[in-house]
Amino acid sequence: MGARERIEGAVSFLRVPRWLTLPSPSPRPSPQGEGIRGVALDQTNAPLLFQRGKRCSLSLGERARVRGNDAQNNAPAQNPAWTPDHDAPSKAFTTLGHFWPRIAQMAVVVLMLVFAIASFAEQRFPPPEFESGYALPETKTPPPRTLPFQYVDVAVLLGALVLASYLVLKKRSRNGVLALSIFSVVYFGFYRKGCVCAIGSIQNIALGLFDSSYAVPWVVTAFFIAPLAFALFAGRSFCAAVCPHGALQDLMLWKPVKVPAWLEQGLGVLPFAYLGAAVLLAATGSAFIICEYDPFVPLFRMNGSHAMLLAGVAFLLAAMFVGRPYCRFLCPYGALLRLASCVSKWRVTVTPDSCNRCRLCEEACPFGAIEEPTTAPTHWLALIGDRKRLAWLLALVPALMLAGGWFGSQLSIAASQLNPTVALAERFSLQAKTPVELGVQTAESLALMRAAQDPKALISQALEIRRNFRLGGWLFGGWLGLAVGAKLISLAVRRSRHDYEPNRASCFACARCFSSCPNERVRLGLMRRELPGSPAPQPAPAAAHTPN
Amino acid sequence: MDVKPPNPPPVSRRQFLRDGSRAAALTGLGGLLGVLGTRSTSATTVWQIDPSKCLRCDRCATHCVLEQSAVKCVHAHAICGYCQLCTGYFVPEPSELNTGAENQLCPTAAIKRTFVEDPYYEYVIDEQLCIGCAKCVEGCNRFGNGSLFLQIRHDRCVNCNECSIAQVCPGDAFRRVAVQHPYLLKTTSH
Repeated sequence: MGARERIEGAVSFLRVPRWLTLPSPSPRPSPQGEGIRGVALDQTNAPLLFQRGKRCSLSLGERARVRGNDAQNNAPAQNPAWTPDHDAPSKAFTTLGHFWPRIAQMAVVVLMLVFAIASFAEQRFPPPEFESGYALPETKTPPPRTLPFQYVDVAVLLGALVLASYLVLKKRSRNGVLALSIFSVVYFGFYRKGCVCAIGSIQNIALGLFDSSYAVPWVVTAFFIAPLAFALFAGRSFCAAVCPHGALQDLMLWKPVKVPAWLEQGLGVLPFAYLGAAVLLAATGSAFIICEYDPFVPLFRMNGSHAMLLAGVAFLLAAMFVGRPYCRFLCPYGALLRLASCVSKWRVTVTPDSCNRCRLCEEACPFGAIEEPTTAPTHWLALIGDRKRLAWLLALVPALMLAGGWFGSQLSIAASQLNPTVALAERFSLQAKTPVELGVQTAESLALMRAAQDPKALISQALEIRRNFRLGGWLFGGWLGLAVGAKLISLAVRRSRHDYEPNRASCFACARCFSSCPNERVRLGLMRRELPGSPAPQPAPAAAHTPN
Repeated sequence: MDVKPPNPPPVSRRQFLRDGSRAAALTGLGGLLGVLGTRSTSATTVWQIDPSKCLRCDRCATHCVLEQSAVKCVHAHAICGYCQLCTGYFVPEPSELNTGAENQLCPTAAIKRTFVEDPYYEYVIDEQLCIGCAKCVEGCNRFGNGSLFLQIRHDRCVNCNECSIAQVCPGDAFRRVAVQHPYLLKTTSH
């Protein structure tokens, strides 16, 4: 009781009594958050409001008002949440004298209404006019850090791409690539915290293409286009030493093991699936999964959820033994670069002049990207089997795409749950069907209250998004089928190679193989031509030619 | 012996396909650039909370990718009532109106209460301590002027491509704003 008296004393100290400051009993027309509270306060679901934190958070005046309303409505039992004995002092307050306080409170309510209407546009407690010469503290607004960096970022990206291409294709220097990798990890990684990055830019581009109201920042556009444009000419020089994700894994590489071909090729489809899923979710405005589940950005930030930090550490540990696991088996931007570098103008060549077929480069490549020379078929009849298989696979692709599309469409309803609007609409309609007593006010219940303001708009919006997902599911599945089909075809197609050559698509241009080549070592003067184990280069055998 | 076809074509079939695909890809990239160019914006944007949409849940404190959230409470002193019984500062039923920890609503005691002149008290947020849980914001908005509100502090925010709090915000209060005006400060109460 002592505390109560003190509070009352405190209340009387205030210039405007507390009870004047309450919102007017009629629901306010504001469509926003405050309106929700207004509705909750004044209409049926009042109990919700009072339960936050299992603690009655009403002030004295508020309590007086609630009691006044109850007196007016003659329905005190409608409001069970505030009556229980968590409020013993106020109970004592009411039971002391029943009649006069009621009258007084009703008068208070009437007065309050008058004042509340009069002061509707004003604030509850007008700012005081200080006499002591007190100066209002300024609200600090620290500026964002990003602004000056965006030009620098793009300039550094372009410079690093040019340098990486030069180092790999012209200078053929592993040390240069290594130095540039360290720079990229430091600059794009630890300094710029892995954001902005080309991998995540896929989602912005996808959203920008499908949602005309979304404006893609030009920095993001530059980060998306520049590495792809470079890959069309110089191969994956971006992966080699510019991408901080790749460079970090590359620097971690310690004792590479060979991934069996079947596993390598099988997992090689994953990036395309990931790319499709990321584009689908971004284009529908649902989620940016590439950013959300990026394993390395939390490491660069040295901050993040435990799960993602652990995933990042796991990837790095794996990267010590399996070269660049993220780049090879997950990276969606790597999938695009893979396609682009298939048609690149220049390519990484292991040997400066002619190949000894010593296989040393194949051993040196930690990513299994170097392929052995092919043997030409001895007779054209030998090709018939290959061509039949190719024809079957070509016929299979549409079937795969159809099957994938059907599969994708089956997944679309589940996938649409990832969209916040759809998820909210689902929860709302579930709540409408089978009302669950919402206990303590949570973020979920607040969201449901927001949904209750305009359920029709929400539901129609959710249905629209779900329709998009249905179409997107077919497209995603079709893309998946196409990726699997293309992979099978690429395995079935007969390529002609005279020498050991890096595969255009899967070579990361890390420049490791150069120094393994005896001819390159001779060229660099590291080795003399006559030394045993490095026979003089022979002309490439003629038999390697194939009809195509 | 190197057997060459009698009239080697100037461009092999594979080379032709490769060149053609590269040209097509470049055209595609150019087209993409054209489409995006009309829509892209040179104005950098940053995330910010619209205080009028904020529902004062506690997700800002827990869902930021940073260990200590980039969202902090901000005090618009111009609309503060300087109340002695501040409902953003005190728990609903304080035993005493003093700075005792048991009376404070803020779990980290990030609000500093100082006497200005009778009967006014000044409340200042210590951003080092604030965790963005919105408990004081709720108290101030419910019963007071609403001069306390949440804002993303751009000295901390790493400006993720997609804000992870925005994904779970029940009020849909997060939006991107131009970097020139990175704050949505309240100037009027409520």
